[in-house]
Amino acid sequence: MSPAHLLTAALSVSAVRGGTLSLPHIDYLTILPELIFLGGALVMLLHSALIRRTMDAATSTSWALSAATAALVASLVQWYEVSAHGPKVAVAGAVAFDGFSVFVTILVSSATLVAILISHSWLEREGVRGPEMQALMLVSAMGAMLMGAANDLIMVFLGLEILSIALYVLAAFDHRRPASGEAALKYFILGAFSSAVFVYGIALVYGATGTTNLPQIADFLSRNLLLHNGLLLGGLALLLAGFCFKIAAVPFHMWTPDVYQGAPTPVTGFMSAIAKVGGFAALLRVFVSSFGLLRADWQPAIWVIAALTLLLGASVALVQRDVKRMLAYSSINHAGFVLLGLQAATSRGVSDSLYYLFAYAFMALGSFAVVSIVGAKGDGNHRLDAYRSLGRRHPWLAAAFTVFLLGQAGIPFTTGFLAKLAVVEAAVEAHSVWLAGIAMVSAVVAAFFYLGLVRLMWAAPAADAPVAGAPAGAMASVGAATASMQPAERVSAGALASPVGTAAGQVSGSAAGSPAGAGSTSGEEAGSTSEETEEPALSTPLGVGIAIALCAGVTVVFGVIPAPLLDFAHQATLLIR
Amino acid sequence: MSAHILAAVSTVDALTFAVSALIVLAGAVGVVVSRHPVHAALMLVMTLFGVAVLFVEQRAEFLAAVQVIVYAGAIVVLFLFVIMFLGVDRRESVAAEPLRGQRPLALVLVVLGFAGLVVLGAEAHWSVGAHSVAGVARGQAGGNVAALGRAVFTTYLFPFEVTAALLVIAVVGAVVLARRPPRIAPPTEEVPFEGADVARPASGEPGGSERRADGEPGGGRADGEPAEPVRVGSPSDPRPGGETSVEVSR
Repeated sequence: MSPAHLLTAALSVSAVRGGTLSLPHIDYLTILPELIFLGGALVMLLHSALIRRTMDAATSTSWALSAATAALVASLVQWYEVSAHGPKVAVAGAVAFDGFSVFVTILVSSATLVAILISHSWLEREGVRGPEMQALMLVSAMGAMLMGAANDLIMVFLGLEILSIALYVLAAFDHRRPASGEAALKYFILGAFSSAVFVYGIALVYGATGTTNLPQIADFLSRNLLLHNGLLLGGLALLLAGFCFKIAAVPFHMWTPDVYQGAPTPVTGFMSAIAKVGGFAALLRVFVSSFGLLRADWQPAIWVIAALTLLLGASVALVQRDVKRMLAYSSINHAGFVLLGLQAATSRGVSDSLYYLFAYAFMALGSFAVVSIVGAKGDGNHRLDAYRSLGRRHPWLAAAFTVFLLGQAGIPFTTGFLAKLAVVEAAVEAHSVWLAGIAMVSAVVAAFFYLGLVRLMWAAPAADAPVAGAPAGAMASVGAATASMQPAERVSAGALASPVGTAAGQVSGSAAGSPAGAGSTSGEEAGSTSEETEEPALSTPLGVGIAIALCAGVTVVFGVIPAPLLDFAHQATLLIR
Repeated sequence: MSAHILAAVSTVDALTFAVSALIVLAGAVGVVVSRHPVHAALMLVMTLFGVAVLFVEQRAEFLAAVQVIVYAGAIVVLFLFVIMFLGVDRRESVAAEPLRGQRPLALVLVVLGFAGLVVLGAEAHWSVGAHSVAGVARGQAGGNVAALGRAVFTTYLFPFEVTAALLVIAVVGAVVLARRPPRIAPPTEEVPFEGADVARPASGEPGGSERRADGEPGGGRADGEPAEPVRVGSPSDPRPGGETSVEVSR
């Protein structure tokens, strides 16, 4: 089917004759996963409104897991449908149903499945009841799916808003930590501003091309040569700024570390995976399929943004002392790699970007699942010292985290290596050799902090070192890589100044010792552990354990046997190229 | 403005324009000069009504209705809620500049923006609109309200339905944010927000304002006695957002 034919099919439904309204045909299969996610969230909320008590975590998790599983099955059915009958435009031209959109839907629904498992353990550990967190996750994921399937700039915007508004609320979900509310406020204000910029971009593009429909924009640009395209380029720049905020590309990355650090850890993991997938999906589709003819205009801009994102993400992550901030900068670095595929602006580049997103989503979710466990009750134990000799205390946990970190560093036999290789290859094929070089340099720089954390977990001296020396020693091992001794000095000064010693167990002990119901027991527990090991005893509940195993499995299995996933990504092509 | 446009404007049109433009301008000036916030909000309603009349004048009936329903109806009422909530009698001192250099900067930006408008108007040829959509709406039966209604139920059916989902989620989110579980106490300990250099307002609760500035958690609470927070910047200091509390324990 040619694009023009699809267009006429999409437009014919909107023809109105003599006052009667011919409603568009709705192919429900094309929007089934989205409907399942929304329906699941609404059913959860309705159920919790009908029962007398606040819904417990097990019930809400069962609902959310069923919805995510059903959506995953539906998206696999969609994949079969696309493979068998080819891509099409559905629901009056609002939705594109192609390999690309179905790939994004599969990725989002499986990542949401994992994120719900992680959030279940967090809800149980923190004693938070109610279905809201997981309902909002489902809806947010629905927004990401809509962004992947959007065939109209208005749909992109609506998907972006659904994704973002749910994420703002999720970031503020931890009522006990002011940092959570602060993160949400920063995210909200900057996000609302970037949404406004994005809408302005849509308006300018509409003004220049007369349509917001993505294939129609491509059609208009292929049939008209614009002599003065300032309006269109202005609109493109504003659209790019809006997208770059969502994917946290430099210079629109400012919110990322604070929000990643302040948000509850399962939400951070969800956000790092889903928001990036949604943002990149729409960015790739809009720029490659609609504005592909203008690639000479936007490729240099992407070049600069990608280079800045790669270098800043990797270098600033080196000096972080908080693991969530470090992973935030690492996610910025990954965004730079995905941008390589966009900068190539080839169908190969798009597939490689998708493959990178798939690999990244599971590595990020797995990392934040481990961080969520190490964060202990109160979700506050996120300094790098907390990971010191984790391998001795919790070898399995440390082994899983090592897999995720090595994968993110791009060590062979992980998906991360193949993903980095694929996008760099795509960049070289598109003659962006310098950018590929910058990407490889940034990968080397990034390897320092990933491997530094691995070393901290496995090779650091035993935990019975002197109290004041412990954090300083731990920091010094990282500081050797960072060549920045100021953090180590500050930490050791703080440790010396405190009367008893500022072990992580103290932090979580007093955080849990709030006048809440469980205050007395957990306070005693924390007190006893702080005498013995300094670190809180970590428990790995079933849910988050399964999540970590799934993510590690994806990272290793598809790293060793890459062919199925690579083929999968290479079949996920855009409707119009 | 060229002559043939002027010729097409009837006396009634011109009169309507003049009256509504006067209303708009009077309202806008009223918003700025009125000392009372409620009066300013009501003046804003007047401006918005005037703009709605201008929209009707331009045959944009839908925009006029939305202007009245959404802006004058919902948004200004929201403003009034906030004003009433904060206290109607509170007077803002207009003389004090919250940000230094704000007013000269605002003036420069206004001049720049206005210059940009003039340049855009003069150099209109670089904005190449493809095909006008105004003609489509005018040619259809029932005017642009009916055309928009048709578009919402045909071409934009899915975006329209998805908007409903967006609104539902906004409501759920607002409820989640507004509801505070009563059993959750203010935080007693907080791993500081490292690297965040944005000043945060003190929470105002007795237990919520302890926060160490040196980036190291614990410490002050380890010996069991609550340390006295030392406030940097007196509580009467009127600077917004500049009030940070620092606990010193060494």
